[in-house]
Amino acid sequence: MEGVLRSKGILPGDYVEVASSDGRIVRGVLMPHHEFSGVDIMTVKLDNGYNIGIRPSDDASVKLVKKGDQKTADQKAKMLTSAHHGASGSGPGPLPQVSVVSTGGTIASYVDYRTGAVKPAITADELARSVPELTTVCSPRTEVLYSVLSENMRPENWRNLAERVADHLNGGSRGCIIPHGTDTMGYTGAALSFSLSDLTGPVVLVGSQRSSDRPSSDSTLNLLSAVRLCVDSDLGEVVVLMHSTTDDGSCAVHRGTRVRKCHSSRRDAFESVNEPPIGSVRDGEVLLERDHDKRGCGKVRVDAKFDEGVAMLNFYPGLTASKLRKYADGASGLIIAGTGLGHVHQELIPEIERLTKGGVPVCITTQCIWGASNLNVYSTGRDMLRAGAMPLGDMLSETAYVKLSWVLGHTNDLEKCRGMMLADMRREMGDRRSL
Amino acid sequence: MPEDYYQSIGLMVGIEIHQQLSTGKLFCSCPCILSETVARRFDRLLRPSLSEMGEVDRAALEEAQKKLRFTYESTDSDCLVEADEEPPHSASDKAIRTTLLFSRMVGATPVDEVEFMRKIVIDGSNTSGFQRTALVSMKGKLDMRGKGIGIDTICLEEDAARRIAEEGQTVVFRIDRLGIPLIEIATAPDMRTPEEAREVAERLGTLLRATRMVRRGIGSIREDLNISITGGARVEIKGAQELGLIPQYVENEVKRQLALIAARDALKKRGIAEIPGIKVDITGRISKTGSKVMQKAISNGGVVLAVRLPGFSGLMRADENGVKRLGREMALHAKVAGVGGIFHSDELPDYGITDEEVEIIRGAVGAGENDGFAIVADSKFKANAAIDRVVLRARQALAGVPEETRDPMPDGTSSYSRPLPGRARMYPETDVPPITVTAELLAEIEELIPELPEEIVKRLQEKHSLSREQAEALVKSGFDSLFDELLVTGISSKLAARTLINTLPELEGEGLDVGVLTKEVLAGVLERVERGAFSKEGVPQLLKRMIEHGEAAAEAADALRLCGASGSQIEGVIDRIVSEKRDFILDRRERAVAPLMGLVMKELRGKADGKLLSDLLERKVNEILGVK
Repeated sequence: MEGVLRSKGILPGDYVEVASSDGRIVRGVLMPHHEFSGVDIMTVKLDNGYNIGIRPSDDASVKLVKKGDQKTADQKAKMLTSAHHGASGSGPGPLPQVSVVSTGGTIASYVDYRTGAVKPAITADELARSVPELTTVCSPRTEVLYSVLSENMRPENWRNLAERVADHLNGGSRGCIIPHGTDTMGYTGAALSFSLSDLTGPVVLVGSQRSSDRPSSDSTLNLLSAVRLCVDSDLGEVVVLMHSTTDDGSCAVHRGTRVRKCHSSRRDAFESVNEPPIGSVRDGEVLLERDHDKRGCGKVRVDAKFDEGVAMLNFYPGLTASKLRKYADGASGLIIAGTGLGHVHQELIPEIERLTKGGVPVCITTQCIWGASNLNVYSTGRDMLRAGAMPLGDMLSETAYVKLSWVLGHTNDLEKCRGMMLADMRREMGDRRSL
Repeated sequence: MPEDYYQSIGLMVGIEIHQQLSTGKLFCSCPCILSETVARRFDRLLRPSLSEMGEVDRAALEEAQKKLRFTYESTDSDCLVEADEEPPHSASDKAIRTTLLFSRMVGATPVDEVEFMRKIVIDGSNTSGFQRTALVSMKGKLDMRGKGIGIDTICLEEDAARRIAEEGQTVVFRIDRLGIPLIEIATAPDMRTPEEAREVAERLGTLLRATRMVRRGIGSIREDLNISITGGARVEIKGAQELGLIPQYVENEVKRQLALIAARDALKKRGIAEIPGIKVDITGRISKTGSKVMQKAISNGGVVLAVRLPGFSGLMRADENGVKRLGREMALHAKVAGVGGIFHSDELPDYGITDEEVEIIRGAVGAGENDGFAIVADSKFKANAAIDRVVLRARQALAGVPEETRDPMPDGTSSYSRPLPGRARMYPETDVPPITVTAELLAEIEELIPELPEEIVKRLQEKHSLSREQAEALVKSGFDSLFDELLVTGISSKLAARTLINTLPELEGEGLDVGVLTKEVLAGVLERVERGAFSKEGVPQLLKRMIEHGEAAAEAADALRLCGASGSQIEGVIDRIVSEKRDFILDRRERAVAPLMGLVMKELRGKADGKLLSDLLERKVNEILGVK
C-alpha cells in the first residue's frame, strides 16, 4: 500500500478518493498508517471527522483529489506561540528561573485534529502555550536532552542527565524539572541521587500516567506542582513528584532513592517504600513534613560514573545453583532480591561464596518490596552472611542495583565496595520503619 | 394535519437513535448494569487542550477551569478503565458483531477496518475527557412500506457517565453507565411528516430489539430529532425518550419555527435592521417597585438592567395559536447565564411591576411605539451576562430561526439547550487495536440474522394461537423472546401473553424498571399462579411490589398477603357480602352483581381466579332473587 501511494505522490494529509471492492467510493483525507492496521488497509478521515479503514479494490482505484496544506497547522502554531511570548513575564519583578530538561516523557502536548497527530510541547514557548499558568510562577528555561522511551534508557543516559542538571542549577535555576517516562523513573531518581551532591535546589522528576494529549491527563497538575516545589521550598534533593491518590488533588514528593512504580497504570502508581513521602503539594502549597536535605548555595557537584555490568534477579523456587552461575557469569556485581527476610535456597550459598571470593559483590535485598531484609534471624540468612553476602537492609532492589552500579564505577576493591554499600549515602537505607 | 401540509412547508426530519447494548461494556469486562451502591468517590479536573481554546486567554482558562471540577462515584459496575486508571481493553467482540448484524439487517455496508476515535467531551461525562467512538457502516436503507428511508451512518460508541447532582462548583457523575456500548443510527433527513418520524423510530427500535442484544428499561434508548422547514433552520431536539411524543415534538417545532419566521417578517416590515443592545441601569429609577424578584436582587446588592428591543412589541408573547415565541426563547438564553429569568414588555404590567414603572422603563431605554424591552434583575455580573445573551438571541430573530440544540420537555415542547455543536474534535484512539472486518466475520454474521418482526408475528399466531393484535403487541413491546422462554418453562401461552402484553407495559408506563424481571423471576411468579398459589389478578400488584421493594416473589406475596384462598374461605366472604347487601340486591336485582364484585375483589383479589369469583357471586345473587 505504501509503495502504491508513494508512486502516485500521495502523502498523508492529501485529499483522496478510493473505490473499494464492492464499488463504494470513499473520499477523505489520507491518514498515516496505523501500526496495527492491515498492510492493505488505507486509513481515510471522512468529512464527518471519523477515520475508517478501506481496502481499495485495486491500485488504480486510489486517486489524488487535492494536495493537502502541510504548512497551515505549523504556521498557526507559530502564530499562537508569538502571541504568547508577549503575554508572559508581565508581573511585579522578574520571576525565578526554573529549568525543564526533557528526556522524552511528554509532559505537555497538543493535538492537530486535522491529522490526528499528537505533538509534544517541548520548547519554553510551547510549554508556556500549553500550560500558561506556568508563566505566572516562573520563567522556564527548557532543553531537550534526548527523546527516549524510558524503558530504552541506559546508565549512559543517567550520566548525561546528571551533568546537564548540574549545569542548569549552576547556571542560576532555582530548581530543575525532568519530564521522564514513568517506567524507569524510579531508577533514574536513584541514579541522579547518587550522582549529584551539594544541590542548590530540588531536582524533580515528573511524568504522566495518562498521556498529556487528553483532557484528563495527570501531567499538568504534576508539572505545576513541580514548579511550586522548585520555587517555594528549601529542598535540596532529587525527588519524584506524582499524584498521591487517584484524585486530582495532592501530589506526593518522593525521595529519589526510596520511590518505586507500584502499579502499571494508575495515577498514584508511585509510592515511597519503607518511609512516607518527604511531603506533598496541594492547591499550589508545598508542605515538606519530613527531614530532608536543604538547598546549598555553592556549586553543585557531579560524579556520575557507573559500572554497566551489574546484574539483578529475584530468587524463586526453581532457581538452582547452576542457573545462578550461568546468569552471574561475567557480571561485575549481583543484586539478589531474596524471599521474606532476604532468603535463598541453601543450595545457592556455596555459589554466593564462590562469587564473593572471586571479587564479585553479592548484595541482598527483599523481593517483598516493603520491609527490611535481615540475614541475622534465620540460619539461612546467617549462612548467607558467612558466605559473604552483603545485607542491604530496607533498601529497594532497584535502588540497590543503581547504587552498586555507581559504587563499582568507583572501586574494584570488594571490601571498599562492602563499606560503601553498607553505609547510607543518600538516605537510601534506614533503621526505623513505623507502623 | 394532512400530509401535503407538511410537504408544502418543506418539513424534513432526520433521526439519530442511541441504543444501549446488553453485551457487556465496550472496553472492559464490567456488566451493563446500573447501580445504586456507591463504593467510593474521587475528584478530577478536566483541562481543555490548547486546540480547544484557540488562543488561550489566561482569564478564560481560569474561568473554564472553575467549571471543570468533577466528582465521580464508583460502583460495582465499573473498574479502573472507567476510572481512567487503566488503558481500555480491546473492543468487545460481541458489541462489534451486534453492530455488524444490525448493519446487515438494514443493508448498510461495513467499513473494511473499524478504527476507534477519541471525541473530545469536557463536560465531565467522560472521565478521560473524550468519548470513544467508531464508524462501523454506511448507506443503509429502511424499507417503510415501499418508501426507502436512508440510513447514513451506524456507529458504535461508549455511553457516558450519569449526571447525579451539582454540589456547589462541582458536578457529580456516576460511572456505572460509562462504557456501556451504544449503537448510534443516523438516518438521512428523509421523513416528511411527524407521524412518519415516529414510525421510523419505532421500526428501528423493533429491528434493534430483534437482535436480542439490546438493553431494556428507562434510558436504554434515546432519540435525537433533526427538524427543519423551508425558510427555517436545522434544529436538533436531543435526548427524547418517549416514542409516543415524537410526533408532538415535530409538530411543536414546526409551529415554533413558523412563528419565528413570522416574527422575522414582522420585524422586516417594521423596518428593523439592527439591534443596538445598549444596556441601561434602571436600578435607581424603579427602586420602589413591588416586584419581589427585583427587590430581592436590589437588596442583595445587585442591579436591574434594561435593554430596548426595537420593533419587538407584540412579538414576544405567545401568538394567536398559543405558540410561545421570542419572549420564551430570550428567557431560556438568559437562564444559561445563571439568572432565573427575564421580564419583557409584552407581559407587563404584571408581577408587581406597575403601568407607571413600565412607562419609566420605556422612557429610560428610549422605546418608541413598536419597541419592546427586556429587563433582568440579578447580581451585576450575571445581569450583564444575561442581557448580553438576550441581545444575542434578539439579533438572531432578525434572520429568523437560529440553528441550535434543544432539550425535549415532557409536554411535547422543547427548550433551548445550546448552540449546534461545531465539528467534533476527533483523533485516533491509539490504545485500541483496529478491527478488520473480514469476509469470514461477515459470513458468520450472515448466519445470525434474526427472525424479522413480521415473521415472529406469523409464528406466534400459528403456533400459539394468539390473535394478530396480541402477536403484534408482543413483538412491538419487544417481549416476544421472553414469551418464547416462558413457554419453554411450561407457562401457559394465555397467562404469559396476558402478563407480557398487558401487565409489563402497564408497569413500564408507571415508570417502573421492568428490566429487573428476568425470565427466571417471571417464570417463578407465573408458575405459582399455574399451581394455584394465588390467582392471575394478583400478578400486577405482586410484580409492582417486587420491583419497588426489591423483594423476591415469596417475600412480596407474604407482604401483600397474597395466597390462594380455600373454597370455604371464598364462600364465606361472598356469603357475608351477599347477606349484608341483601336489600341492595333486592332493589337492583341483576345489576347488583357488578358493584358487589368490586367489594368481593377488594377482599379476594389475587386470592382466587376472577372468573370463579364472579360466577360464584352471580350464583349467590341469583339464589337470593330466586332465579335459577
